[in-house]
Amino acid sequence: MELTQKQTAVYVYEAPVRLWHWVNALCIVVLSVTGYLIANPLPTLPGEASDWFVMGYIRFAHFAAAYIFTVGFIGRVYWSFVGNRYSREIFHLNLFNREYWKELVHEMRWYAFLAKEPKKYVGHNPLAAIFMVGIVVIGSLAMMLTGFALYAEQSGPGSWQDTLFGWLIPLVGQSQDVRMWHHWGMWIITIFAIIHIYAAVREDIMSRQSLVSTMISGWRMFKDDRD
Amino acid sequence: MIETFYDVMRRQGISRRSFVKFCSLTASALGLGPAVVPQIVHAMETKPRIPVLWLHGLECTCCSESFIRSAHPLAKDVVLSMISLDYDDTLMAAAGHQAEAIIEETIEKYDGNYILAVEGNPPLNEDGMFCIIGGKPFTEQLLHAAEHCKAIISWGSCASWGCVQAARPNPTQATPIHKVPGIPAKPIIKVPGCPPIAEVMTAVITYMLTFEQIPALDRQGRPKMFYSQRVHDKCYRRPHFDAGQFVESFDDEGARRGYCLYKMGCKGPTTYNACSTIRWNGGLSFPIQAGHPCIGCSEDGFWDKGSFYQHTTDTHQFGVEANADKVGLAAAGIVGGAIAAHAAVSALKSARKQGGDNQ
Repeated sequence: MELTQKQTAVYVYEAPVRLWHWVNALCIVVLSVTGYLIANPLPTLPGEASDWFVMGYIRFAHFAAAYIFTVGFIGRVYWSFVGNRYSREIFHLNLFNREYWKELVHEMRWYAFLAKEPKKYVGHNPLAAIFMVGIVVIGSLAMMLTGFALYAEQSGPGSWQDTLFGWLIPLVGQSQDVRMWHHWGMWIITIFAIIHIYAAVREDIMSRQSLVSTMISGWRMFKDDRD
Repeated sequence: MIETFYDVMRRQGISRRSFVKFCSLTASALGLGPAVVPQIVHAMETKPRIPVLWLHGLECTCCSESFIRSAHPLAKDVVLSMISLDYDDTLMAAAGHQAEAIIEETIEKYDGNYILAVEGNPPLNEDGMFCIIGGKPFTEQLLHAAEHCKAIISWGSCASWGCVQAARPNPTQATPIHKVPGIPAKPIIKVPGCPPIAEVMTAVITYMLTFEQIPALDRQGRPKMFYSQRVHDKCYRRPHFDAGQFVESFDDEGARRGYCLYKMGCKGPTTYNACSTIRWNGGLSFPIQAGHPCIGCSEDGFWDKGSFYQHTTDTHQFGVEANADKVGLAAAGIVGGAIAAHAAVSALKSARKQGGDNQ
């Protein structure tokens, strides 16, 4: 019992970071489902066109969630400037640090059942850091750029979406190519989400620190006092 | 002194009344207000006819076939009254050395003042031997004529993007005009489509003639007035798309009721062209109206974007016939399976560890 009293807890994720995380998660679910349905629409409906507006609502949900996702991302970037040191971690990768690579190998050995126990981390572990920068930051940026470029096609020349993002279409090839990569992005993020949820739950149970509850309360709890 | 348009029209027995009517019609065809009519009249009365050299590279002549079917303005009016079509091997009476001499004559006489219209493109492989005009590679003729022209019109998808002869693996290395090495820095107006709409072709020429400037172009060099919206944006079946009513196969009830062809692979949402507004054959119809999905013929590399009847593009980078949905679903399945296995081993490991701790 004495041991548990000595266990430390660190306040890692401030309220805006936690709010962003869950809003972002909800947006990704809505965006992936509606995005899939835009590419592969539901079975056809009967009657007159004026009877329904199904595709219209699906697309509306997609665009609304996309705007919330974008505003959330901008807010998250802002918070990395004013928040605590852990709020900057998601935009940062220590690729030129020898220590980082050593710890990354250790983390991979832990997942491959080769290391006996994982190291403790207040913020992201080295493996998580790669995925956070690669998928959450770069992946989100790629989806927002291609998404707004596609959105600019309907808002038309002269719209701010077209002025800011329209250049992307000839750069990638043509409209269809942008659609294809935007669609690939959805699958990459979906697969990341599956791995992310599994890893978070598993780490919460098996590692030496709290994970899922940290993203709810903001506090990182450690299960032991060893290094 | 070159004749003005008005001179030519009067010589052909066209009354002044008919001439003014023609100008009004042209103004409305270009979407311009009545205030512009006097401007067009003035231009036609005073401006010399623009000499045009119309060259043909690797192509199927479908652009010419489309052009001669223009209804507003009639192609004959364009060719006989509006421009001075000095060379077009498909339409001209002259042949052989006589025809080829006209090119040199035009270049000499109107150096820097004629329009070079190119239908088709040059193959660059084997020093251009896959397309020989008058004993020389087409590339040479093209570069020579381009050197002295005022502006270049790239007719159709061949000249604009490369089209079928540039489709993978492109054995002759057919290259669109703007990518030909050594092409002089002249304004290039792309008028893509396989073929382009007849009225779009004649309107581009009429515009350049009337205002003595090239039309406003979009990022990819296409005239904004015809290529700024997608076929999808003005499609008359669009309400069925928004409603979620689709043709699922060509003989179903949806096809009979004229539902949206999106699921049949319609490329309307990714194709910039004026088919759904101007339509074809004098505004009679266009592919979607006839019940067939748009194949996206005015888009860059449309032959290489997978089946015409499939909406999601195949991704050649990831193997033959793979698309985002197939690979994505398979990958999600594999990852799910791997996670289940990993979780099972994890549970076993921690159970063994706990067992060890208890002993």
